[in-house]
Amino acid sequence: MKQTPPHLPPSRGYSREAAHPPYKLPPPLFVARCWACWLTAAMLLLVIASFVSLKLDWAAFASVEAARSMYRFMAEFFPPDTSPQFLAKVGIAAWETLAMSALGTAIAAVLGLALAVPASRMSSQDPAWLRSPTRWLLNALRAIPELVWAALLLISAGLGPMAGTLALALHTSGVLGRLFSEAMENIPTGPGDALRTQGVGPLRVFAYATLPQVLPQLMSYTLYRWENNIRAAAVLGVVGAGGLGQLLSFNMGLFLMNKTATILGAMLLMVACVDALSFGLRRWLNR
Amino acid sequence: MPQAQLDLGGKLRDPDFSSRIVWLSLIVLLLWPLAVATEFRPWIFWDPDNRKVTADFLASFWPLVYNAEFMRMVASETWRTVAMATAGVTLALVLAVPMSLVATRVLSLSALSGRMNRWPAVLRWCVRASLIVLRSIPELVWALVFVRVVGLGPTAGVLAIALTYGGMLGKVYAEILESGESHATHALMRNGSGRLQAFVYALLPSHAAELASYTVYRWECAIRSSVVLGFVGAGGLGQQLDNSMKMFNGGEVATLLLVFVFLVALADRASVWLRRALA
Repeated sequence: MKQTPPHLPPSRGYSREAAHPPYKLPPPLFVARCWACWLTAAMLLLVIASFVSLKLDWAAFASVEAARSMYRFMAEFFPPDTSPQFLAKVGIAAWETLAMSALGTAIAAVLGLALAVPASRMSSQDPAWLRSPTRWLLNALRAIPELVWAALLLISAGLGPMAGTLALALHTSGVLGRLFSEAMENIPTGPGDALRTQGVGPLRVFAYATLPQVLPQLMSYTLYRWENNIRAAAVLGVVGAGGLGQLLSFNMGLFLMNKTATILGAMLLMVACVDALSFGLRRWLNR
Repeated sequence: MPQAQLDLGGKLRDPDFSSRIVWLSLIVLLLWPLAVATEFRPWIFWDPDNRKVTADFLASFWPLVYNAEFMRMVASETWRTVAMATAGVTLALVLAVPMSLVATRVLSLSALSGRMNRWPAVLRWCVRASLIVLRSIPELVWALVFVRVVGLGPTAGVLAIALTYGGMLGKVYAEILESGESHATHALMRNGSGRLQAFVYALLPSHAAELASYTVYRWECAIRSSVVLGFVGAGGLGQQLDNSMKMFNGGEVATLLLVFVFLVALADRASVWLRRALA
């Protein structure tokens, strides 16, 4: 096969494949017309600028002194506190985390569905006035992370798991609303049109044609987000919004490292269980 | 065949009525203990005191704060957020690339002829397990730990992102490299090329686009999480947001939130565009 470097002009009439190929310079590394070269250069620039401007404190981390303090810090974790009272406390916090994630996801599913209806064009005749504003709202809900929502909600909901639940609900409803509206816009229009031509109102078209078609997809999206939310709920408490995170930041703030180790272990265990369960379920469903 | 006659008894009836009621009541029954556990009492929002605090805070969102000094600070913190994410992902790559190379089963010489040898198999398993452990500790927890060790500042945030994202990237890289055709790689290795050569000349070209696009996507995620890391003292927009919130300075909070939403939207656009360019 003929190998023409992309930056050379195309051959005109004569063959470039001589018996003894003429002496050729290797292709230059940087070609001004090459898109990928510019992209790579820009990325390198970004990386270098990041490292230079951050003034990272390597000395504090990559020195013998730092290694020693890291070691001391890690050694304080052992042995983890396994007294029954504390384990019971951790168990309650873990249940709280699980409840926060489940309730938050459930609220988000309802709210997401309520927002997804105005955010989607149900039929070709649907003027869908509210489509763009609702999508903006969904994007805003989605763009602000759970933790920021939690910190904002703390002001009116007070410290505790309710702020965390609502924070999860708000962020997740943005995510789910968008996914739901995309699911609703992508279903076959046949059943809905059949009802509509019979003069059935939009509410009943939604209940008997749209919803049954998208329900399995809605369920699987919701379950997927729940899985994410369990992980998110575990750390949400760091700003004071309940669950394992709150216990963690409380004990870490008091430098009770043995208790911190237990909580970290509980968090890891919970995340691992959720991962394993979802992996198993997925495998079972896709069998 | 005559059509089945529907006896509607004179009025329309929901054919699915009973099952809907059963499901709804079942869901409510299941959610009840959850609401108890999370102390879910939304009516406290209607409490007069609470309503006043909330209304005051929301009212203070307007006017936005945009004097020159504040905006300069916001700009530098925004850059710091992006820089933290970028530096973190770069360090994560340093961690993830070698580990994923070790973990990839396609690049095993002994597995070319039957079973993999025992020690390479053990090594692969260990690397994979450590990637999973790195990944499953949330970056916020890493940041909490590192803030204690290296002090407040971006170093803790960068390290937290590096470790969590190193685990994520390494695991997914190994999965991507193992998916798809392995003929070319195996052909090279069977004919005596080294594993690194086989990787560079066969495995990498066929998966480069996918790997690059996943990396860009994770960079976008890292920007989002570097904001969050600010809340535990790792600098950047999150820390400013936390400060302004603690001082009940609504105008600053609103400005910072807008900047943040804008930054996320921009990163999202950039990531979509970059992934399309790389594909």
